[in-house]
Amino acid sequence: MKLTLKIWRQSGPAENGSFESHVLDDVSEDSSFLEMLDQLNEQLLKQGDEPVAFDHDCREGICGTCSLTINGYAHGPENSTTTCQLHMRKFNNGETVTIEPFRAKAFPVVRDLIVDRSAFDRIIQSGGFISVRTGSAPDGNSIPISKVDADKAMDAAACIGCGACVASCKNASAMLFTSAKAAHLNLLPQGQAEKDARVINMVNTMDDSGFGNCRNYGECSAACPKDISLDYIAKLNRDHAKARIKEIFS
Amino acid sequence: MNLDPQIPEGPIADKWDNHRFSSKLVNPANKRKYRIIVVGSGLAGGAAAATLGELGYQVDCFCYQDTPRRAHSIAAQGGINAAKNYQNDGDSIHRLFYDTVKGGDFRSREANVYRLAQNSTNIIDQCVAQGVPFAREYGGLLANRSFGGAQVSRTFYARGQTGQQLLLGAYSALSRQIASGQVQMHTRHEMLDLVTVDGHAKGIITRNLVSGSTDAWTADAVLICTGGYGNVYYLSTNAAGCNVTATYRAHRRGAGFANPCFTQIHPTCIPVAGDHQSKLTLMSESLRNDGRVWVPLDGKNCDKNPNDIAEELRDYFLERKYPSFGNLAPRDISSRSAKEACDESRGVGPGGRGVYLDFADSISRLGESAIRERYGNLFQMYERITGEDAYKRPMRIYPAIHYTMGGLWVDYNLQSTVPGCFVLGEANFSDHGANRLGASALMQGLSDGYFVIPYTVGNYLASTGAGTISPDGPEVKEVLESVKERTSQLLSISGKKSARSYHKQLGQIMWEYAGMARNATGLQKAIGEIQDLRDHFQNNLLVPGTGDRLNVELERAGRVRDFIDFGELLCRDALERNESCGGHFREEYQTKEGEATRDDENFAHAAVWEYKGEGKTPVRHQEELQYENVKLAVRSYK
Repeated sequence: MKLTLKIWRQSGPAENGSFESHVLDDVSEDSSFLEMLDQLNEQLLKQGDEPVAFDHDCREGICGTCSLTINGYAHGPENSTTTCQLHMRKFNNGETVTIEPFRAKAFPVVRDLIVDRSAFDRIIQSGGFISVRTGSAPDGNSIPISKVDADKAMDAAACIGCGACVASCKNASAMLFTSAKAAHLNLLPQGQAEKDARVINMVNTMDDSGFGNCRNYGECSAACPKDISLDYIAKLNRDHAKARIKEIFS
Repeated sequence: MNLDPQIPEGPIADKWDNHRFSSKLVNPANKRKYRIIVVGSGLAGGAAAATLGELGYQVDCFCYQDTPRRAHSIAAQGGINAAKNYQNDGDSIHRLFYDTVKGGDFRSREANVYRLAQNSTNIIDQCVAQGVPFAREYGGLLANRSFGGAQVSRTFYARGQTGQQLLLGAYSALSRQIASGQVQMHTRHEMLDLVTVDGHAKGIITRNLVSGSTDAWTADAVLICTGGYGNVYYLSTNAAGCNVTATYRAHRRGAGFANPCFTQIHPTCIPVAGDHQSKLTLMSESLRNDGRVWVPLDGKNCDKNPNDIAEELRDYFLERKYPSFGNLAPRDISSRSAKEACDESRGVGPGGRGVYLDFADSISRLGESAIRERYGNLFQMYERITGEDAYKRPMRIYPAIHYTMGGLWVDYNLQSTVPGCFVLGEANFSDHGANRLGASALMQGLSDGYFVIPYTVGNYLASTGAGTISPDGPEVKEVLESVKERTSQLLSISGKKSARSYHKQLGQIMWEYAGMARNATGLQKAIGEIQDLRDHFQNNLLVPGTGDRLNVELERAGRVRDFIDFGELLCRDALERNESCGGHFREEYQTKEGEATRDDENFAHAAVWEYKGEGKTPVRHQEELQYENVKLAVRSYK
């Protein structure tokens, strides 16, 4: 198939970027979206141009490195799919495809389509853990955990930290990510001791990192390649309110 | 080359205890005087950095990804073994130890494997305490499943995302240490060389992948936790960024490389669809429980719709050749049989490199909904990648490189032949011999990182004394300059061919001659072709742009250059190992029925390669493996 690619180029965080158009021929419909970009880069190299920089690693939908807003959708128009799992047979011969970086104030562009998502790491560093020293753990079966709770925690823990939720939210809110991370631990008995501090610190860090506020639009969950539920946002709001009330009265 | 494995005295069950007691300790107040570099942030590196930081050492951790949470450990699906015996089905530390040594085709070091089995139970406890959401039974206790031919159920799992959940556990522990300032995290940094002073590892050189700056970092010890080298085949199930540079650069600075020819092929991957292919996707082996593997009897029928090929015109080759194991024959045997069928021009799909995995019988026996329930997510993944509906038409599968058992040689302390340079996880060679059992990679990474290295690195540091050298010292400067020179050399070739095209070519050579089946003629040919490829690379490579900013092509060129040298080493090792064992199958050494023939008399050793300089032939040394607790036996699956 033959495609016209409208692709964002930006040489650094402080530079202005712009769209560049390239025509790419002989694209196999069996190739993945990233393999199509590999092909574009080989073509650019042959022409003496610099390849487009984009983030990718595992190419099997689990590491969360790949990003891209494709035709206006984070990870493209397919549901429950990361860009690396999106295949070209989902596009039409002759189509113009628009490719942009994930756009958010808290995700500055590094180069071309690569953005800096380290704000997510800072949110985790502020409370996304259970403080347990190596070697000090009790036997794994000493605390029974109901299958229902364990499954709910696992649903939340399936988040791959890609940032599609932020990129698809018109406020660039990170509530889906933060709430999934907090809920994973808050749902488990092991996570109770630090629960209040966790939600307050994680929400503070989220706010300080330049993410916008959540207005329950729900775009985040719709764009999420792992189908993380909006219920976790509700849970975070509850856990946060409880923690703040305890803080006020203690 | 000193290959003393430093195995502690005493009965095997007491060795680790004895060793921990006799190891020197670093006083808690003195720990902060020591600086430790950890390269890699996967299960081994992440666990080590978190634990060492927690103990009070100053840790610098490096990864090439944008965050430590993305290391390729994240992609492991199946599970993690532990000798908990929660199922009361006869498991024990000794049984896990025995299974691992036997599964490794008797080419691993007994004492290391025993310690791994001992640590396995602590790992589960640790991970549960961190909040890893392992699968549970309705009563609230941890669930187990059986895996990889083991006769007991000892595999703990978190859906099909066990690696992800364990890595997130290690990452959360690491994040806590980063927040406390004990660990300095350096993301988007790639290790390009090892600095040694008087033979001891004292630092590394990195390139900042965003700013392009080349920097020296010094420390009292260096831990290399950078995973395996499967990408030397270009197409593998590894992540695109996985590379051999850190371990190969350490090898060039004196670290022996052990058993590079021990590579593992996974039989159930989605076949190559065309020239655009950049990676191969693995599908769980569990599919073989309900799928039947076949190819057309006659190559003329390969292009026909498989549903139109009559039953009597099909060759269910695994069932035919291995009647008792059938479609569940072990990984290496199933893979080789698929290759043989394709070599006979009976393969299906693009390029004739694929065999059918047919669920029609199971669907008619159990119903489509039962199959959907068991494998729905895998069928969906298959559909996404191939555009085919496996409920209606047999899947196509083909083997792919998946894991590498070889790695830098380490002693019992996980120390390489360069004192102060420790190697953890898939990057070392010690625990899996010639073949790794399913659900054992995660176990080894975490055992090394959480439970082994905190003791053994302490013993080393206590013996050498604190004293990080200055990054401006002459030894450091020299290595730094050599790295800068190499980078500018890559940029200055100004040829016409991309690094990726060389990587593809290398992969084709490796897969053809050093893949599933190897022979002396082919391996010699491969060595010649790799040498030609290197010459061509040196004269015709094209790297656009400059080195002083983000330059993906430059990163790739450096990695491919090391893969080329390493590929040659792998072929040499395969050529010298005149036997078939585990993942290493030499066509000259097989029975009449096509089974691997091991040579315990001459090859019950680890082959350790010493680097001798650019363009010089490396030298092969041996660590003889002693089997005192396990009797060497033939693996048979007839």
